[in-house]
Amino acid sequence: MPAAARRITDVTAAALRALDFDQRMTAGLFALMAMLPLLSPVLGGSYLLLIGERALIFAIAAISLQLLISAGGLVSFGHAAFIGIGAYGGGIAASHGLGTLSVALPAALGVSALFALATGAIAVRTRGVYFIMITLAFGQMAFFVATSLAPYGGDDGLTWPTRTLIFGTRLLKSETTFFYVILVLLLATYLVVSRLIYSRFGRVLRGLKDDETRMQAIGFTPYPYRLTAYVIAGTICGLAGFLLGNQAEFVSPAYMHWQRSGELIIMVLLGGTGTLHGPIIGALVFLVLEEVLSRLTEHWKVILGPLLVLVVLFARGGIAGAIDAWRRGKAMPAQLWAQLLQRPRQGAAAATDIWRQRASLMRCAGGQAATYWKPYKMAVGRLLVRLLLGAAATINRWRRR
Amino acid sequence: MTKPLLRLEQLSKSFGALKVTDDVDLEILAGETHAVIGPNGAGKSTLIHQISGTLAPDIGRITFDGLDVTDLSMPARAHRGVARSFQITHVLSTFTALENVALAVQARSGSSFHFWQSAAEEEALTVPAMQALQVVDLAGRAHTLGGSLSHGEKRRLELAIALAQAPKLLLLDEPMAGAGVMETRRLIETLKGLKRRYTIVLVEHDMQAVFALADRISVLVEGRIIATGPPQAVRENAAVRAAYLGESA
Repeated sequence: MPAAARRITDVTAAALRALDFDQRMTAGLFALMAMLPLLSPVLGGSYLLLIGERALIFAIAAISLQLLISAGGLVSFGHAAFIGIGAYGGGIAASHGLGTLSVALPAALGVSALFALATGAIAVRTRGVYFIMITLAFGQMAFFVATSLAPYGGDDGLTWPTRTLIFGTRLLKSETTFFYVILVLLLATYLVVSRLIYSRFGRVLRGLKDDETRMQAIGFTPYPYRLTAYVIAGTICGLAGFLLGNQAEFVSPAYMHWQRSGELIIMVLLGGTGTLHGPIIGALVFLVLEEVLSRLTEHWKVILGPLLVLVVLFARGGIAGAIDAWRRGKAMPAQLWAQLLQRPRQGAAAATDIWRQRASLMRCAGGQAATYWKPYKMAVGRLLVRLLLGAAATINRWRRR
Repeated sequence: MTKPLLRLEQLSKSFGALKVTDDVDLEILAGETHAVIGPNGAGKSTLIHQISGTLAPDIGRITFDGLDVTDLSMPARAHRGVARSFQITHVLSTFTALENVALAVQARSGSSFHFWQSAAEEEALTVPAMQALQVVDLAGRAHTLGGSLSHGEKRRLELAIALAQAPKLLLLDEPMAGAGVMETRRLIETLKGLKRRYTIVLVEHDMQAVFALADRISVLVEGRIIATGPPQAVRENAAVRAAYLGESA
């Protein structure tokens, strides 16, 4: 037994050594999440498990959005529609007594893929802000169609009769089992998307984001690649929706509302657009923040908003980017923080200078976070920091009086 | 050497009231290096854009390799063997030099709808890409990001990308623009090595390069071709001297 145990540790250690930093961090992240069901009896019981399930489900959705945003340069503002479609697909199948894995899951994924194909066929012909607007419009269309689905609950939503049956058994009824099923699907999503990004297809997709003219000149027509990426991302997000419907045993039009799409974008930005573990971190942090802050006050978004502003300003690559910067020893020095708090104006100027240097450093090092850094953003960032700190100083003075 | 690879017939293109290409007839023979020269604003780049498919002509016909390609898109023409460089460089800045070239190899070798296998590990892509980099003397920078290359290196990378497409026709839009003296000399040597192996249309301001490389020269002034012929004949052409070299005839 000790020999076998040692062998396992050796193999694990060797496997870890073979991974790069990002992969090691992802492995750690998954290991931590896998321990949650073991911790839940001690910390908060099944409630903790339910939050964990939701977080993992949204992580799947956020990865699919990350594929569109970071690899494809397609910022979809209607991605939550696929969550709703996946959940309605499974729920409607279940309400007709077809809530088995062999029917409900293909139905949910198939409808998501079809919706992605139909809307993507139009949407991916546009770029930039037009793409954002058109995906927003399609998302809201899906939302309003769902509200008018009178036989399936309309505005009030649809309660699933039961979680999806697996080979005729109620296997998913156990929260622990369900949690691990989601975790495995998240891992599968992560692996599939990370393979895809570095495959031939992913290379073309990233190339099109980088310089479309160059790609056309060597013979790539953008449309089919972007449309395929859109369908893949929509289908993966449909899977997340199917799981969310299962988890809540309920689906309502609110799942598709544009605010939900916005939250998905926030998760991606919060976690960081440069990496694939970024959206997982983003989804986890967002749901934990939502849970913790909403207990403090019902106006929790007032706290979340400025927090996001700070992340976008101070950590361009999101949380994953900040961890990376810290690892490379380029994080903001402690004395700068002190200066920022004591003398906001000079501190802000010094901080922006450091960012500028870091930005050019990272560009040399090939860091992705800095490639889209532009001087005008610098000016806006500095202005915002000054406004924030100025407001903080004023409030402080006012409190002392 | 006698069969025309590319034929432009009565090509015209206007931007508003400005005629940028005015009834251009031109034949590019297989295997020749054909320079297009002319003062600024003569419509040289616009002509290249129409040959490569970036812009569509208003009227006229473009025949490439025996096929009317006037209505084909830029990617479709690329597949038929038209490769080009740009006056303002277009390289993928977040891709390494090697990946830049490997993508061009990928474009002509098999489907790009492979979702699982890592493209970086495909030797069928990286080996020819590396060879193209060696031709332009850029192998040492293979793993540098496109965005981090110097201007001259980007120019050579564009050439490597075009070569990796295994083209029948190479359209080079001012490959020497912005390059230093040494860099220009280096590029001329590289292009001399490519002459005869490829059919080349070269737009260039650097007369040293043009006379060193071109088999034939066409002079474009205000959208019209005023002379076509071997370098010596063009040099001595009175109309060319008057219009282009600024000498009174």
